[in-house]
Amino acid sequence: MSSVPINHPAHAIEWHLPDKRRVGMSALIAGESAIFAIFVVAYLFYIGKNFTGPTPRQVLEVPIVGTICLLSSSLTIWRAEKAIEEERMAGFTLWLAATITLAAVFLTDTAFEWKKLIYQDRLTISTNLFGTTFYSLVGLHATHVVVGLFLLTATFILSLFGWVDSRQSERFGAIALYWHFVDAVWVAVFTVVYLIGR
Amino acid sequence: MSDYTLPASSVIEAGAFASESGTVLERLHGWVVTVDHKRLGILYILYSTFFLLVAGAEALLIRLQLAFPHNSVLSAQVFNRFFTMHGTTMVFLVGMPFLFGFANYIVPLQIGARDMAFPRLNAFSFWLTAFGGFLLYYSFLGGAGLYGMGNAPDVGWFAYAPLTARSFSPGHATDYWALALIVSGFGTLGTAINIIATIISMRCKGMTLMRMPLFTWLLLVVSMLTLVTITPLTAAQFMLLIDRYLGGHFFDTQAGGSSLIWIHFFWIFGHPEVYVLVLPAFAIANEIIPVFCRKAIFGYPAMVAASVCIMFVSLSVWAHHMFTVGMTSVSNAFFTLSTMLVGVPTGIKIFNWIATLWGGRIRFTTPMLFCIGFLFQFLVAGLTGIMLSVSPWDWQLHNSYFVIAHFHYVLVGAIVFCIFAAIYYWYPKATGRLMDEKLGKWHFWLFVIGFHITFDTMHFLGLLGMPRSIYTYQPDRGWSFLNLVVSIGGLIQGIAVLIFAYNFVVSYWRGKVAGDDPWDAWTLEWATSSPPPVYNFEELPVVHSRRPLWDLKHPDDPDWEYES
Repeated sequence: MSSVPINHPAHAIEWHLPDKRRVGMSALIAGESAIFAIFVVAYLFYIGKNFTGPTPRQVLEVPIVGTICLLSSSLTIWRAEKAIEEERMAGFTLWLAATITLAAVFLTDTAFEWKKLIYQDRLTISTNLFGTTFYSLVGLHATHVVVGLFLLTATFILSLFGWVDSRQSERFGAIALYWHFVDAVWVAVFTVVYLIGR
Repeated sequence: MSDYTLPASSVIEAGAFASESGTVLERLHGWVVTVDHKRLGILYILYSTFFLLVAGAEALLIRLQLAFPHNSVLSAQVFNRFFTMHGTTMVFLVGMPFLFGFANYIVPLQIGARDMAFPRLNAFSFWLTAFGGFLLYYSFLGGAGLYGMGNAPDVGWFAYAPLTARSFSPGHATDYWALALIVSGFGTLGTAINIIATIISMRCKGMTLMRMPLFTWLLLVVSMLTLVTITPLTAAQFMLLIDRYLGGHFFDTQAGGSSLIWIHFFWIFGHPEVYVLVLPAFAIANEIIPVFCRKAIFGYPAMVAASVCIMFVSLSVWAHHMFTVGMTSVSNAFFTLSTMLVGVPTGIKIFNWIATLWGGRIRFTTPMLFCIGFLFQFLVAGLTGIMLSVSPWDWQLHNSYFVIAHFHYVLVGAIVFCIFAAIYYWYPKATGRLMDEKLGKWHFWLFVIGFHITFDTMHFLGLLGMPRSIYTYQPDRGWSFLNLVVSIGGLIQGIAVLIFAYNFVVSYWRGKVAGDDPWDAWTLEWATSSPPPVYNFEELPVVHSRRPLWDLKHPDDPDWEYES
């Protein structure tokens, strides 16, 4: 249909709508938050209800290095976002590489933590309620880090070939939004697992 | 204004569907790889119509077994599988895909967009949903597993722990149930995200939020609710699978776990789910009732506010399914009151629909008849809902046929009636042909009579103390006659649905040619041709009011002069 009544008093309509990728990513984040909320509630509910050891106090160590790395990666990805908007592509690639490195350090930290828990402390997902809730909650978060890392690495490789420019800044904005979410969830998981639960 | 031709019809060339031509295989391939929101919408509808027939057949077999005391049509085990599959199928493979199918087809057209925000995600979501459905039904073949027992899930649609533990549900039937719901749940999540992004970011020029058609508004609300509704179920299913496969202890009471927490998690999903299903039914009624009484909807802002209000309140009522598990008196009082609170916004809606009907020139076509049936039945369902929200009353009637009657009044009396109304209403848009009115009236009257014979009677069976999920009963309980009546009503509904299915298929070839706007309606989907071309609109529309086609048809008296 051509334009519906032409003789409308207000001729020129200002028409700006939010970017669909950011809206879609925000919606995904809302849904994911509910998944995390259920796992966090289960973790809190089962604190101290173990029939057998090991308990969190005996075996858990606070992952300071990993946490600092993951939280500061929010800062570096924000710099990368600014760089792509202002079309400083070298800066973008560098900040992206920094983000990837920080995320990789976090994952390595988690891997060594789990190795110690499994081989030294004999804590697996089926040992007791602590094992079940710990591995599922921290593992769920780690899965999200891996997904984010995959997205970031793919963007990084594309930018090395020079296939990314400021036209993709909205797309990268959606990835960055997801990454901020992964970081924010870690704050909740860290508080519940290492501060309240320990 | 039947002689009015809309400008769109002249600009659409024939053969806009490029893949309509070619061999059968090529056309089939076109449907499989499609990312067009209209084709995916049709796929959703066909998929859920198929499962409606399957789950309906399961219901009829259940009723056949219960028609007489000590009947032996189904064994106890098969009976358990059938009511589990009936419930799971109707909620996940019929209700939600139907409503998301309509959303897929209608929402982009109503907001004047060319497609959904993410067409490929849309196709991906549909195929996930479809795969989930067929995975669930594959359990009839593959559920026996290594243990040679268990064939199709038999744990009830809410699958309370610890019945779902490995020791009580050996074999793989329960795993198929959990996996199927996880997979289709991701499909649902994808579609919900897509609908939200479409409605927020793809509206045509001039369509502000308060000018959106109510159907679109309610689908936005439903999709937001879906985001936080389906995901807790996904999380709980993951926990169940961790328990079953990795030896976890979430619901294992032997190791300190709690079976109660499953009930909480399930109903944190399960109760808002009812509103995920019923709000689209309201959305359909919001479109159809005004068109067939020739009036604009009464109280548009109140309708929007009530829907948003229902979304929030519905998140805090889940434990009214749990009055009998033994909660504190504070919890009982809280969930009683919050449940009653839902009655306020839904009451506002009912009054608005009545006010829309008031003084209108009502045309009793088949879609309108189904909507009027919906109004009556939804009112009764709401009233029994308020009865059940009172915890002492619920202690008496929990898990009795009174509860079964109540929620079938919502799910069939409100939702299925609105789904049928929507099919009769939008069928001419999707196919270009009207469904047969005479068969439609037969369908309506048989269905409404069968519905009331079945579900009105069920209330009395519940009051007489008949519990749900029993495969047979003693002849001396005084339930025999009423059960026979319920089963006969079920049979009548079955016949009505078969008439509908016949009408649905045959009208595709033999129905009256509809034209662009057979109902003289006002929203943008009726501005383009029937069926719409792949690109929906030759030129993207610009709107100035809630009823753009009214403005177009009545340039002397446009709506924008009355809307603030």
